[in-house]
Amino acid sequence: MSHLVLEGLGKSYGSAVAVEGLDLSVERGEFVSLLGPSGCGKTTTLQMIAGFVPVDRGRILLDGGDLVAVPPNKRGLGIVFQSYALFPHMTVAQNIAFGLEMRGIDKAERETRTLEAMALVGLKGFADRYPRRMSGGQQQRVALARALVIKPALLLLDEPLSNLDAKLREEMQSELRQIQRSIGTTTILVTHDQHEAMALSDRIVLMNQGRVEQIGAPDAVYGKPASAFVASFLGKTNVLRGTGDGSGAVSIGAFSLPIAGAGAGPVQLAVRPERLSLAAAGASGFEVRVTSRVFQGAHWLLTADSAAGPLILMRHNDGQPVPAEGETVTLSFAPSDAALLAPGDAR
Amino acid sequence: MNRALSQRATPYWLTGPALLVFLGLVVIPLAMTVLLSFYDWGQYKGIVPEFTLKNFHEIFTDSYFFEIFLRTFRIAVLVTLFCMLIGVPEAYILNRMSPAWRGICLLAIIGPLLVSVVARTLGWALLLGSTGLVNQGLMAAGLIRAPLEFMFTETGVVVALIHVLIPFMILAVWASLQRLDPQIENAALSLGAGRLTIWRRVILPQIVPGMLSGGIIVFALAASAFASPAIIGGRRLKVASTLAYDEFLNTLNWPLGAAVAVLLLAALVAITVGSNRLIERRYAQVFE
Repeated sequence: MSHLVLEGLGKSYGSAVAVEGLDLSVERGEFVSLLGPSGCGKTTTLQMIAGFVPVDRGRILLDGGDLVAVPPNKRGLGIVFQSYALFPHMTVAQNIAFGLEMRGIDKAERETRTLEAMALVGLKGFADRYPRRMSGGQQQRVALARALVIKPALLLLDEPLSNLDAKLREEMQSELRQIQRSIGTTTILVTHDQHEAMALSDRIVLMNQGRVEQIGAPDAVYGKPASAFVASFLGKTNVLRGTGDGSGAVSIGAFSLPIAGAGAGPVQLAVRPERLSLAAAGASGFEVRVTSRVFQGAHWLLTADSAAGPLILMRHNDGQPVPAEGETVTLSFAPSDAALLAPGDAR
Repeated sequence: MNRALSQRATPYWLTGPALLVFLGLVVIPLAMTVLLSFYDWGQYKGIVPEFTLKNFHEIFTDSYFFEIFLRTFRIAVLVTLFCMLIGVPEAYILNRMSPAWRGICLLAIIGPLLVSVVARTLGWALLLGSTGLVNQGLMAAGLIRAPLEFMFTETGVVVALIHVLIPFMILAVWASLQRLDPQIENAALSLGAGRLTIWRRVILPQIVPGMLSGGIIVFALAASAFASPAIIGGRRLKVASTLAYDEFLNTLNWPLGAAVAVLLLAALVAITVGSNRLIERRYAQVFE
């Protein structure tokens, strides 16, 4: 039995469906991200787990027990809000100790655990500071400590890093990951930032319009997007039009390669720009004409036209010659680098 | 040099007109009232411009005045307390309403302020009189035998003043509620706090500034209210402002009336500034 199981979870606002048929199993200690554009239902899902939004359909099982009927203040989950939602009239120590106080833990233990939590998030010596007098990053640490000090069964993070500047966000990302690993709390992160989701999570749940598009490890979802939506949402990608022959082979012009599951007729393949390579002389491939070339330091970004549609490709700045604008080159890619997109999912 | 000087003078030129209006309409009349309160007065000699503490001595020694000031204070405190008791939950509910309903309810709350004081208070008199709607209704329902006395009682004055002044409390508290982080209740909830605890530990401390400013406005307006005590309290149930009015216009003892007005003003300033200091120190962190 998984630690947390969402079964057919659904929520509607009037006739608008916010979340529909969400199934997800999360193992103990796992870090799972709900990723998607705004309005995809990821925040609603988190709020249903937290208990702030009533569940319309489905079940939420934590260690086998259904949470749906449990009021939010009895669920014992740790939550970090986008705005941090710290209590401005309480000091850092009072903020962190609040949850312990509500649990009727005596003063001495409250103090030790508060100090431990502050040390964990790197806030030693800030006990008597008021949140207003702290930077965004520090406030975020207080919010994290406040959520973790109650030893929650689940840690829910609602876009916790979106209010920080880029540099701080990266720092906090690695720190968050390290803290989560060290205490082993099962964590669910809601984010619209693909880099954040890929950097932090064990698995990503990609959502769109209230439905799950794909669930998997970051590299698996990135490498094998299940739909055009996933392919385009997660990183840059090329969607190549080809023709299937019905026996498991797909051809793009003269270039033919085996793709498992490809049917007969038009098919679409998603290939990442960094996986398209220049074909060696005489090797099979398809021709493209380079239309622009942008130098980006570690690599070149090229755009090109082809019979399979416009595409982008990346060349590492490894000292090899780079095709010039207007030049026609032959490209190829390995069958394992292509993901077959579901038919009718054209975009 | 010259230019720097004229630049420095600009703010004075710009604030000058408003300053003059303030000086002419507030400071000078007040100063004259204060001056007047130290003048002598006699039944046959009228106002005599010579310095005396007679008026203040009279007010402080005569229990008649003491009773009136005590009543004024009692009414103001009761009105402030009830405005807080009713207004704070009302503001909280208002804050959680959908925008459409909030608009309607806001109009109902501010309504009393849109009606003339006299018309509104006379309406109260009709409603609360011994043959008024409230008493007739209660008697018809068999709840009371004899009509309840609202008119010419402190209770009546307090009820009418609460109705008039509660919008100030609601609006002040609502303003501070709007500054609350919308997720703060959820945060407290997730940490295991019940509804009551959230109110007491999280929301209330943060809206103290709003309750304080609302309280000061309500207290000051209740203590210096004239129309409601005059119409509902009548001539016998005097408060400080109706007392000053009667001294000026009925007894024609202007210096004594001025002394009453000055004492009322001084007491109001002392009480509001004092309570402000006290509460600001107690809740220093929410006042930043």
